[in-house]
Amino acid sequence: MSANGNGARHLLSIADIDSDRIISLLDSARSFAEVSTRPIKKVPALRGRTIANLFLEPSTRTRISFELAAKRLSADVISFSGSTSSISKGESLKDTAKTLVAMGVDAVVIRHSSAGAPRMLTGWVDCSVVNAGDGMHEHPTQALLDLFTMRERLGHLEGLRVAIVGDIDHSRVARSNIHALNKVGAEVLLVAPRSLLPERIEEMGVELTGSLDEALDWCDVLYLLRIQLERVEESRFPSLREYTLQYGLTKPRWSNLKRKPLVMHPGPMNRGVEIESSVADEVESVITGQVTAGVAVRMAVLYELLGGRKQLLDL
Amino acid sequence: MAFTTRTRVLDAEDMSRVIRRMAHEILERSKGSDNLALVGIRTRGVFLAERLARMIEEIEGAPVSVGALDVSLYRDDVATRGASKVGVTEIDFNTNDKKVVIVDDVLYTGRTIRAAMDAIMDFGRPEVIQLAVLVDRGHREVPIRADYVGKNLPTSGNEKVKVSLDEVDGVDMVEIGEER
Repeated sequence: MSANGNGARHLLSIADIDSDRIISLLDSARSFAEVSTRPIKKVPALRGRTIANLFLEPSTRTRISFELAAKRLSADVISFSGSTSSISKGESLKDTAKTLVAMGVDAVVIRHSSAGAPRMLTGWVDCSVVNAGDGMHEHPTQALLDLFTMRERLGHLEGLRVAIVGDIDHSRVARSNIHALNKVGAEVLLVAPRSLLPERIEEMGVELTGSLDEALDWCDVLYLLRIQLERVEESRFPSLREYTLQYGLTKPRWSNLKRKPLVMHPGPMNRGVEIESSVADEVESVITGQVTAGVAVRMAVLYELLGGRKQLLDL
Repeated sequence: MAFTTRTRVLDAEDMSRVIRRMAHEILERSKGSDNLALVGIRTRGVFLAERLARMIEEIEGAPVSVGALDVSLYRDDVATRGASKVGVTEIDFNTNDKKVVIVDDVLYTGRTIRAAMDAIMDFGRPEVIQLAVLVDRGHREVPIRADYVGKNLPTSGNEKVKVSLDEVDGVDMVEIGEER
């Protein structure tokens, strides 16, 4: 969480923040999770603040999750996407951002197809900026909600063995998770064909394997990435069927396991590709739990960035 | 800032007597422990609520619901205090039509209690909300008064009341002093 000259705080990447910050966000997310179980799922903590959701790339769960998080904290939310705003008229990100700030926005939550867009934004606006996914760079709140889920389900993070399977190369989720897991002392094993691994990925402090079965024997958490059909050119692997056979969590593979790991997925799942449908049904509760955790974690992030910055009216 | 003690106002024995008396008063006013629920404000209010509940159970022979409340998200001074660590609120009973007693260690400006009442209303519609505090030190800034007071302690604004509880501080006592 970095601050610029005017004191506005940001969450731009996991690489930026230390483990104390991660743990403190996870701790407070636990308190915010309780708010979502109340009959009235709303607290007045961010009353009078305005948060803009600027989603310039398709997103359902992250956008809705941020919106819900802001609303449960009583902030006012404006949401707009690329296709329905002036962005489609060719307005630049800089001009859009300036417009938002002129309207008195306290924070911008941004999803952008270019890595580094959120960081550029911080140079143009004097409000808080939250990265909701930028290109193939990072998706920090996803990593936080994943760690939250692991910690709640398994009780600890230190020493946890996490295998991440799939298209690491295109995955900002993987990158944020690798940073986050490294920082809290978990071990990370990447499972993917060489063609789906970025160059020099070992330097991030991870182990590599091409064998899912080997990973399954080792891991406490099996984190399946979505094969991003819209990003992967077919040439990266022979066929989807081939991928599923080697790297998919198939029924026979799952049934044969004596010790079953916690299976996680950032969603949306490609049933029949990275996970067989019947296995997906079995592990679905954890994956929907990740979605629930997302709201709590994003509440924690927004509260940390915006709680206590601007003078509130006296009550 | 370090706290310098001037007077010890309550020691462990005093405190246990005070809590016993408060338990009796709560029972008397509520005509028994039916529908009674205690909600402690984090941190020390929760332990006081638990102690009162144990005492009430001892007297009446029936258990009382106890909840814990963190009011950080309802405070009106987030701007000056900054976003502090938010504790978990645990109210896992239905508050509708309950006699809810808010429990806290020190009653001062009353703003914490204002926040606590807002929070409790978000959980339902209690029949009545009352307030029990171990120490009332005066200097209210909002129109709030306690229904059950362990000890009235008139203080000046620059004095500080420090409540220590065995559960968190390893000792039971109330001191008055200065912070500098």
